[in-house]
Amino acid sequence: MQTLVTILVFAPIIAAAIAGLFGRRIGNVASQSVTTGALILSCALSWYTFSQWTWGHMEAFTVQLLPFIHIGDFQANWSIRIDALSATMLIVVTTVSALVHIYSWGYMAEDDSKPRFFAYLSLFTFAMLSLVTAADFMQLFFGWEGVGLASYLLIGFWFKKPSASAAAIKAFVVNRVGDFGFALGIMTTYWAFGTIQFAELFPLIQANAGKTWEFAGHMWPLMDIACFLLFIGAMGKSAQFFLHTWLPDAMEGPTPVSALIHAATMVTAGVYMLCLLSPMFEYAPVAKNIVTVIGAVTALFAATVGLTQNDIKRVIAYSTCSQLGYMFFAAGVGAYQAAMFHLFTHAFFKALLFLGAGSVIHGMHHEQDMRRYGALAKLLPVTFIAMTIGTIAITGLGFPPLHLGFAGFYSKDTIIEAAFAAGGHNALAMFAWVIGVLVAGLTSFYSWRLAFFTFNGTARWGHDAHGHDDHAHDAHGHDDHAHAHDDHGHGHDHKPHESPWVMLFPLVVLSIGAVAAGFVFTGYFVGHHQEEFWRGAIYTAPTNHVLHEAHEVATWVKWSPLIASLIGLLIAVYVYLIKGNERLGLKLAERKGPLYVFFYNKWFFDELYAATFVRFAKFLGDLFWKGGDQKIIDGLGPDGVSAVSYEVGKRTGRLQTGYLYHYAFVMLLGVAGLLTFALYAFR
Amino acid sequence: MSGLLSLTTFAPLAGVAVILAARVLHGAGEKTDTLAKWIALVTTLVTFGLSIILTAQFDPKNPGFQFVEDVAWFAGLHYRMGVDGISVLFVLLTAFLLPICIVASWKSVEKRVVEYLIAFLVLETLVIGVFCALDLVLFYLFFEGGLVPMFLIIGIWGGKRRIYAAYKFFLYTLLGSVLMLAAILAMIGISGTASIPELMTFKFAPWLQTWLWLAFFASFAVKMPMWPVHTWLPDAHVEAPTAGSVILAGILLKMGGYGFMRFSLPMFPNASEMFQPLVFAMSAIAIVYTSLVAFRQTDIKKLIAYSSVAHMGFVTMGIFSGNAAGEQGALFQMLSHGIISGALFLCVGVVYDRMHTREIAFYGGLTNRMPMYAAVFMLFTMGNVGLPGTSGFVGEILTMTGVYKASTWTAIVSASGVILSAMYALTLYRRVMFGEITNPQLTTITDLDKREILIFAPLIVSTLVLGIYPNLVFNLTATSVDALVGAWRAAVGG
Repeated sequence: MQTLVTILVFAPIIAAAIAGLFGRRIGNVASQSVTTGALILSCALSWYTFSQWTWGHMEAFTVQLLPFIHIGDFQANWSIRIDALSATMLIVVTTVSALVHIYSWGYMAEDDSKPRFFAYLSLFTFAMLSLVTAADFMQLFFGWEGVGLASYLLIGFWFKKPSASAAAIKAFVVNRVGDFGFALGIMTTYWAFGTIQFAELFPLIQANAGKTWEFAGHMWPLMDIACFLLFIGAMGKSAQFFLHTWLPDAMEGPTPVSALIHAATMVTAGVYMLCLLSPMFEYAPVAKNIVTVIGAVTALFAATVGLTQNDIKRVIAYSTCSQLGYMFFAAGVGAYQAAMFHLFTHAFFKALLFLGAGSVIHGMHHEQDMRRYGALAKLLPVTFIAMTIGTIAITGLGFPPLHLGFAGFYSKDTIIEAAFAAGGHNALAMFAWVIGVLVAGLTSFYSWRLAFFTFNGTARWGHDAHGHDDHAHDAHGHDDHAHAHDDHGHGHDHKPHESPWVMLFPLVVLSIGAVAAGFVFTGYFVGHHQEEFWRGAIYTAPTNHVLHEAHEVATWVKWSPLIASLIGLLIAVYVYLIKGNERLGLKLAERKGPLYVFFYNKWFFDELYAATFVRFAKFLGDLFWKGGDQKIIDGLGPDGVSAVSYEVGKRTGRLQTGYLYHYAFVMLLGVAGLLTFALYAFR
Repeated sequence: MSGLLSLTTFAPLAGVAVILAARVLHGAGEKTDTLAKWIALVTTLVTFGLSIILTAQFDPKNPGFQFVEDVAWFAGLHYRMGVDGISVLFVLLTAFLLPICIVASWKSVEKRVVEYLIAFLVLETLVIGVFCALDLVLFYLFFEGGLVPMFLIIGIWGGKRRIYAAYKFFLYTLLGSVLMLAAILAMIGISGTASIPELMTFKFAPWLQTWLWLAFFASFAVKMPMWPVHTWLPDAHVEAPTAGSVILAGILLKMGGYGFMRFSLPMFPNASEMFQPLVFAMSAIAIVYTSLVAFRQTDIKKLIAYSSVAHMGFVTMGIFSGNAAGEQGALFQMLSHGIISGALFLCVGVVYDRMHTREIAFYGGLTNRMPMYAAVFMLFTMGNVGLPGTSGFVGEILTMTGVYKASTWTAIVSASGVILSAMYALTLYRRVMFGEITNPQLTTITDLDKREILIFAPLIVSTLVLGIYPNLVFNLTATSVDALVGAWRAAVGG
């Protein structure tokens, strides 16, 4: 087993190195084969590991590979930790990654740097695997920033596009803001407990729950501070409110990347971290409340923005952001299992939606504006069915009395029920519940809007569909993102077409997941078998019964998200599906009501940050450089002195190069003189 | 093996002798220049080999000085040499970077080649001497002597404003040197010895420590350089030839940090504790201030020079953190910065050699024509940003961790440098490498040639190896650093 998991983790990086270093020599097909092959191998081994964990009663274990940093009790190692959490993440990561590798054979067929693309994808997968199998904070941080690097490289993959490289930097820097908090959280934990190894740290926490920590003259609750700082890291990686601005821009990357990194895996790392650190968060009530509020606000915020966007990828990006909000407030109210469950199911249906969108974009010759779609169901039948399944899954359709539905029905409803249950003794959890139900309706509306807008109604592509070259980016930043295109060459047949099977196959597999992942696994993740399944990987304090209570909420609570979802569906049907109402949505948009403008412009976060942080940094940089360095330090120091000396120098009439020897010589003389003095004085 | 240290130190001088002999035999000319390059390369490689033997034979369990040589010199002075776990690292770094500098200068230096090579070889001897000297006077001779070849390298082979830069360098350094010399004289006068190991256990009166500490601080702070005495560095870097910048960033800056660890901390422990807040403040300011300044630069080399100052801020705060994590982090950061910033300056050299400008605005879209260069530059940019997996990360996280214990505020402020470094480094990379090529002069630019790949290969390998297995270094330094921290804590009662 130890060898298997080692192969599982390292196969992608070896493949990435081969494709990255020798890609041009061995050619496209060899590079694609070696990376895709490695991922299929990793995926098979992951499922084997997961099945051994779930049904084979394998014990948790850690493979020690190499010491990383050993200084006193600061002991970091390279290792592979296998338990319920990491086993779950292994299958999520490798399954989606393997499918995305396969899909990319078709999607990237006309790109001229395929080896580089596949190398980045495999590099990302390795970083993600090292993140989820970390046994200490340092490796966790390594994986954390490693996926950030891969994300940066892939967002900026089409480096010729200025918007892509700008988005890449934005993603990296905003994540760094999160990592700033994360790093400080690690330090706080280390100095409080003298270890960064999870296995040593977690048992120490319960006894030290009330510990305080002095800073700036105050005593602070240690666990709350540490967890809050760590949560800042999670906010960055998982694009939570305030640190979310990078995720929509990250859609500049190729669509398979969006599916893998910015939907199914990397952005969920923050949720994973919270669950992994549940032994800490369970004793940080204030931090947990913050998590709940941020999660709920993110869910609402992103859903409202998602209502108004016209770029198909951006709608799904905001949807991801919103769903991550659900996962966070689930963790915040103490239902970590539900958060992990939603992470798991969401990976399937969100990757499905993204890859489906990619298939549409591919079929529409890189048009991403839904206003130029319409009536594609017959032309892209497989994509249509797959995306409909994905939409049913994300909107959580199901039948509560029989407890039967698509994937999202199980996981999202568990979260909403848990929030209601926790709401009995925590007003903030009740706040999260209200938002959870409301957002279920919003999610349903924007998801069905996307589906109807794309596949039904009248064809809006006709004569103008090939005109995407005519649209330049709006220079004003908050342009309507109608004209963002995947920017690579394509054939000249302008009729929308279904994608090749190499792209449709992953859609089929993910469709099966979107249908069945909830039904099959609900018992293990959040149901009767959850304790046997998690086996201590997720810690819940003795007072935390939220998951149990969630199953026993009133019937009307169980129905509430479904009803909200159906309302959203009905509105979407009315606005976008019924003949004669075709222009209704567009008319609403054209009216540009204040709320619409506010949502459409993403609550003006980009403008706010550009006007404050970015400008302030530039201002300070110039101030310090031209004012501080040049005027004050140099002006009073060397330049002032040299101005005088220069005059003297000129009068001596020497050649310019003469100075240097002159001064060097004088200095040596001085040294010699002083030394001589010293020798005699202290003989 | 006795004498190994002197052999390592003075081996480059043997190369100088051979080069001079060749010059006499063949006269000046292109043939002599080529021959001299080969001699210099072989010499530096031999020196590197000797330093590896030295490291291999070094006993990491022994906290004291090893390979000690002690010969009575003249007038009561001693020629005392020896290394511990701290200094052996710097000897290795110096010997590692020199052959790279020689190869890097192979084509880019055209005038006075023989003198140029001699300057580098003499510099190598003097710098290794700094790290090995166990006698105050000897140390001072090496320390100040090293400035002369550096002056010459900037002043003769430098860019347009080389005189201004060399002059500024000189003025700053002179200030520090004079004060340090006075302190050295006082120390010898009071303790009656110039032996560094003896002085490390000599207890100076606290008031005296204050003054001595300040005098040494003046010299080392300029060398580091610490804010606000850093303004010589960007100018010196911009004007220096590529290899000069590599040595300057890679090794000369480390003499300041080494000095703090060798003198300030063990000899003036009480003063070090007293001035800890001052150092922390200056370091934290350096990190934020120079990172923001770097963000606004229009010259590639100046940007990297400012980022150097920021990175040195991590070093100084780590050194004065007073715990093993901070100390090891500082040591590691110096080593790592030597490699990464050296490599970044070489990256600048690659495009400078082709286009003869360092203006960021001149470039753009280089990835289109230089994929290999793009990968190399990306790796070192990430090292500069402190990405885990590169050596740049280890030093930063450890110094911050160490400082967190001593002063949480400093750790918080310095941690923001992690955000700022991503801002300036990635913006630089974007402006130079990404986008379409719009400048017609760039349409024929060529990717790395074999010689350049040869230069970068060892730097790439060491950046990654040290990033993944930094314990390699900590195994070497642990005993000495623990002894240093232990002695400091015993002295200040912490």
